[in-house]
Amino acid sequence: MTSSHGAVGQAHSKAHSAKETSIPVGTKVVIDEAGLSALFSRLIKIGYQPIGPKVRDGAVVYEEISSPSDLPVGFSDEQEGGKYRLVPGTKGSFFEYLVGPTSWKKFLFPPRHKMWSADRDGKGFTVENPTDDAPAYAFIGVRSCELNAMKIQDKVFGFGREDKCGAGIFSDPGYVARRSKALIIGVNCSRAGKTCFCSSMGGDPHMKEGQGYDLTLTEFAPSNGKHEFMMEVGSERGALILDLLPHREARSADVSMADSQARKARGEMGRKMVPDVKDVLPRNLRHQRWDEVAERCLSCANCTMVCPTCFCSTVNDTTDLKGDHAERWRSWDSCFSIDFSYIHGGAIRRETKSRYRQWMTHKLSNWHEQYGTSGCVGCGRCITWCPVGIDITEEAKAIKNTGE
Amino acid sequence: MTVTKKKAPSKSTGKANGSIKRRAKPKIAVWKFASCDGCQLSLLGCEDDLLDVVGEIEIAYFLEATTTVVKGPYDISFVEGSITTDHDVHRIRKIRQQSKKLITIGACATSGGIQALRNFADVDDYIRAVYARPDFITTLRTSTPIQEHVPVDYELRGCPINKAELLEVINATLNNRVPNIAHTSQCVECKKKGTVCLMVAKGIPCLGPVTHTGCGNLCPSTDRGCFGCFGPSEAPNGASLGRQLEKLGMTKREVRDFFRSYNANAGAFRKTSEAYD
Ligand code: SF4
Ligand code: SF4
Ligand code: SF4
Repeated sequence: MTSSHGAVGQAHSKAHSAKETSIPVGTKVVIDEAGLSALFSRLIKIGYQPIGPKVRDGAVVYEEISSPSDLPVGFSDEQEGGKYRLVPGTKGSFFEYLVGPTSWKKFLFPPRHKMWSADRDGKGFTVENPTDDAPAYAFIGVRSCELNAMKIQDKVFGFGREDKCGAGIFSDPGYVARRSKALIIGVNCSRAGKTCFCSSMGGDPHMKEGQGYDLTLTEFAPSNGKHEFMMEVGSERGALILDLLPHREARSADVSMADSQARKARGEMGRKMVPDVKDVLPRNLRHQRWDEVAERCLSCANCTMVCPTCFCSTVNDTTDLKGDHAERWRSWDSCFSIDFSYIHGGAIRRETKSRYRQWMTHKLSNWHEQYGTSGCVGCGRCITWCPVGIDITEEAKAIKNTGE
Repeated sequence: MTVTKKKAPSKSTGKANGSIKRRAKPKIAVWKFASCDGCQLSLLGCEDDLLDVVGEIEIAYFLEATTTVVKGPYDISFVEGSITTDHDVHRIRKIRQQSKKLITIGACATSGGIQALRNFADVDDYIRAVYARPDFITTLRTSTPIQEHVPVDYELRGCPINKAELLEVINATLNNRVPNIAHTSQCVECKKKGTVCLMVAKGIPCLGPVTHTGCGNLCPSTDRGCFGCFGPSEAPNGASLGRQLEKLGMTKREVRDFFRSYNANAGAFRKTSEAYD
């Protein structure tokens, strides 16, 4: 972590205390590369830890970054079932790449997290709750599907929901703390990939007002030494930051350029989900397609690890050797692991077929009953990062076409 | 990211039922069968942690560490190595009789090890090729894991085992809890650690999707495909991975040999390599 503990605490208060700004939510402006650099330095100055895309080990991953030069400059990617390749893109572009193997859940819902510890103390023991010292993140480059995924996890972890322990509803304090501190700077997609299908999951490659971003960027590809970004204000917090950046007002030419980019991306969606999948799957729980997919599925859990909405975890207790100190840790788990469905006497989902079916029916069907939304935003990660290229849209189509 | 710093922690106290008794020091033995000693060395390699361990146990039999031998019975026996001779078969039965808990450590003890390559060949050919006086050698035709001969209480995978996992098994056993060791694929470790998938992003062949976690993500995080040191994961689909490895350009023979190494004799790996014979 580059930001110190003290600065983290200030991020919030600083951004909020300067309450005066004349920029209303919904304002569209244009900034250039210097404006983007200024954005990074402002964020760092007021105590945010910028997290964003960068190239590592042949992919675009989300990590700590500190300036536009850390971005995947000039990179694009090609994606297919089980295949991802970084390729050269428009020279000098910052955001031509599409979603990669990491998602923002890694920061809001960390892969490993200590819940509490306990120490032996005479005849009893003392329990200690660690406070969460994660910094205030500024997520730079959040895509439309990813913001939708974040809003789905918000429901799961209870962000923006009143705690009602009596009714069995409660929030995850760590998630809520990290999420409420986080600033979201979205980026609209200038293209769609071969595994993208956000359009058929109720999403769109370009973000809409009220979707939940603080600021959002539309990159106009660099040409003739000009490299500009249209920036839209989504919240007062975003407006306060924009106020400090060099910018000009957006003209109608800028707005129509952004609109035509959105139309182009919509037209490029590589995949499509069958529209009534929510009702098709429960009617076909005994379809032989489940056996066929199980022949291919490795039970490796990659699809659930890369999915920005999957939230399953396991809890483990550890002790020190003497048994005087104990800790409880939560870590990512998956419905593809056998231990995950272990209850008294054994696991309920012993076959790959039943584990794959659990994953897909939960995601696309049962999720609606549980959270009032689909569990899939159409980002395509599970297709690209499945080592054998199993395709959730293809499976859904096959079941619909040959089932009941 | 882990949460380590404690700021104004909230505390609450609880009372255990009655007084918590200090446990007696368990008697531990470490045994060797056909193996390279690497797993036992992992125990000695625990260094500072080893001193703490030694404070909690009585080492009754561990020739790699001490010549002092205390007679059985033992509370916990750790067994390294596979069964390759008649003498081994008798010895492991005796050890089992004298041990309350028997824990096998490493690929040799849990699957037969690299020496199980003999299971796929004629052992006499090997003996003639290797030894000047083949007539001095008496051996079984196979190398087999300990659990094929006696009941085993816990199996710790790896070639060699991971010392952090070994400490966890010792710790859990002393504290009467289940070891925190997952049986999922190597991929889960890659994703938790943020390692980019080598197969998907670079087309590098990898056994990770069918391999048990445990090594701490050693090879994939240094740009090498997994060789399968920790044996098959809980639900391996070797046939499907084999087809994918062929798509990535491996010949059938290469796929066969990929599955046939340190854990050649482990169920799913054996089945897959035999399908490529
Ligand atoms: S199920 Fe697949 S496409 Fe849908 S949100 Fe998850 S990773 Fe993305
Ligand atoms: S669908 Fe693909 S990524 Fe998911 S568990 Fe099966 S093989 Fe692994
Ligand atoms: S080959 Fe696989 S199991 Fe062995 S050290 Fe490398 S990643 Fe770990």
